[in-house]
Amino acid sequence: MDFDRIKEKLNILADAAKYDVSCSSSGSKRTNTKKGLGDSSGMGICHSYTQDGRCVSLLKILLTNHCIFDCAYCVTRKSNDIKRAAFKVQEVVDLTISFYRRNYIEGLFLSSGIFKSPDHTMERLIRVAKKLREEENFNGYIHLKSIPGASDELMREAGLYADRLSVNIEIPTKSGLKLLAPEKKHEDFMKPMEKVKNEIIQYKSESKLIKSTPKYAPAGQSTQMIVGATGESDRDIMYSSAFFYKNYNMKRVYYSGYVPISNDPRLPALGTQVPMMRENRLYQTDWLMRFYGYDVRELLNNDFQHLEMDIDPKLSYALRNRHLFPVDINKVDKQLLLRVPGIGLKSVNKILQARKFRKLNWEHLQKIGISMNRAKYFITCDAREKELKDVSSENLKQLIMQNSFSKYRKEFTQQLSLF
Amino acid sequence: MKSVVLKYDGSFPGFLTCVFNAYEQKLEIAEIIPEGEDQKQLFSETLEVITEDFKVQRVLKSLKKKLSSNGFTRLYYSFLSEIPGIELKMYDMIRYVYSSQEKAELDYSHPSVLDISKAAKQVGREKHRMEAFIRFRLTKDDLYFAVIEPDFNVLPVITKHFKSRYADQRWLIYDLKRKLGIHYDLQKAEYVSMELPEDIGISGGNPDYFAEGEIYFQHLWKEYFDSTNIKSRVNMRLHIQHVPKRYWKYLSEKSPFA
Repeated sequence: MDFDRIKEKLNILADAAKYDVSCSSSGSKRTNTKKGLGDSSGMGICHSYTQDGRCVSLLKILLTNHCIFDCAYCVTRKSNDIKRAAFKVQEVVDLTISFYRRNYIEGLFLSSGIFKSPDHTMERLIRVAKKLREEENFNGYIHLKSIPGASDELMREAGLYADRLSVNIEIPTKSGLKLLAPEKKHEDFMKPMEKVKNEIIQYKSESKLIKSTPKYAPAGQSTQMIVGATGESDRDIMYSSAFFYKNYNMKRVYYSGYVPISNDPRLPALGTQVPMMRENRLYQTDWLMRFYGYDVRELLNNDFQHLEMDIDPKLSYALRNRHLFPVDINKVDKQLLLRVPGIGLKSVNKILQARKFRKLNWEHLQKIGISMNRAKYFITCDAREKELKDVSSENLKQLIMQNSFSKYRKEFTQQLSLF
Repeated sequence: MKSVVLKYDGSFPGFLTCVFNAYEQKLEIAEIIPEGEDQKQLFSETLEVITEDFKVQRVLKSLKKKLSSNGFTRLYYSFLSEIPGIELKMYDMIRYVYSSQEKAELDYSHPSVLDISKAAKQVGREKHRMEAFIRFRLTKDDLYFAVIEPDFNVLPVITKHFKSRYADQRWLIYDLKRKLGIHYDLQKAEYVSMELPEDIGISGGNPDYFAEGEIYFQHLWKEYFDSTNIKSRVNMRLHIQHVPKRYWKYLSEKSPFA
């Protein structure tokens, strides 16, 4: 192995792949049965975290950063004057195996710039995965990027080797896409998604009858949207997500705050701050949709198009729907308990278990670990003293914010500091 | 009734024997402590407990009847925490579970149930962290070798994970703090105890011990780690929260090896 050359390629092609947010390595069923290498039967593992706080779970690289497209938001775009490199198929295989054996990674996330044609590129990606599975007997996690415009046959083959497939929609609105990636068509993104969705459905029905049906993308598919590159609202973004979850059985939608990488008049200028807070609020909203039983229209709608940045979306919802509260912790059903600000999924389950034994009071709730400074205004429990309930939502919001120590608080404080 | 201090061999079966004896002899327990530790109760009588297999099996059987498998795992994990005094809390929880009809292991309003679940959670977290942060280095004799120093005794609960994952390579994970390792020889995983050379190090690689190319892979990994960082988004507070500093020395991507 020529280490110096590999090192240089790795620098270039890892650097270019880092804007892809997906890092998950969970949700696949691929047990190590024949004494091979690797196992992805359980939950994923984050083996490290970058200095920006993101999980490192997979070797995330591009096969090449040569690209025939010129999408304004992308570092790898044709017109960008950067160093180019390309891995050989075998080099990616060797790197993956060597890293995996040392317990650095859960597997491989392979994406690519589009060279020659979408099919030509997709075919190369598949060759890497096929080699890993068939020659190396590798059962670790493989995430392949579906190349927009790749043929149905290749999408079918890709899913036979990969645990997850994804195609990044990147721009949440059609008009935005037209502006920033005029060469790409909205349909090019949807077609591979549709194919993968149908293959997964077919696999699921066939494997019920025939056990030996080859696995097809067992960890499903995901997509990513760039946030803050065009003028889309939070409502636009989350309605797109809801659409993907509903119509394409998407496992995950990722939100990626736009990191300015070029001086293009169509985009926020270099040096513009990455909208991290907004990104965070979008993820919270996504969670509320997927795990807390909210309908997207309850969280965002025509009257409420943007999430509040200073408080989380669950608290925001509760303050806009005061008529639902306070709820009695010892009686309320699970669905409403999930809507109390400051009480998470795990606490909900603990409360449901514990209240079978006795009536819970403030002290129990505190010990269970719920966030009292928010929750106390929305609940009653087995206690004499009542919290104040007849304050306006606006005052209540101020009160909660004054008593919370959010790391973002300083960004929202209205008082000027003296020094 | 006079309360007693039970002294046992520090093993989980040893603890289970304590439970058996306590019930059989209707003891009031002031402390349960492993050998080598000093008791706090000055005026209590001390009883030495000798681990006996039939007692262990009896207690195991009845515990598994009273606890769900998750509940039993929580109890076992809390034992591995090695938190001083955890044995008494475990015993307290066991008594509560035995005395209740319902699934009392889920009564988080009971103090020892809550304490046990918290200790188990801590151990579970470190188990998961070790599965993440162990870094194997390939030795000259084709062994993937790693050293760890976990706060809790997680070696017994990470073996299965590594065995199913690295079924086709020989590996050894050595806990420096407890001077005990697990060696997998392609067939089975077994406990080993050994003297390690002083200069075996944590990352890097002495060419006397490690395979040619080993150091390059560590460099490649560090290189990869640095290339994936997005500078305009650096958040060191979050970084340290995810990768506590005490683990840094084991991580080739964090350690300033030569």
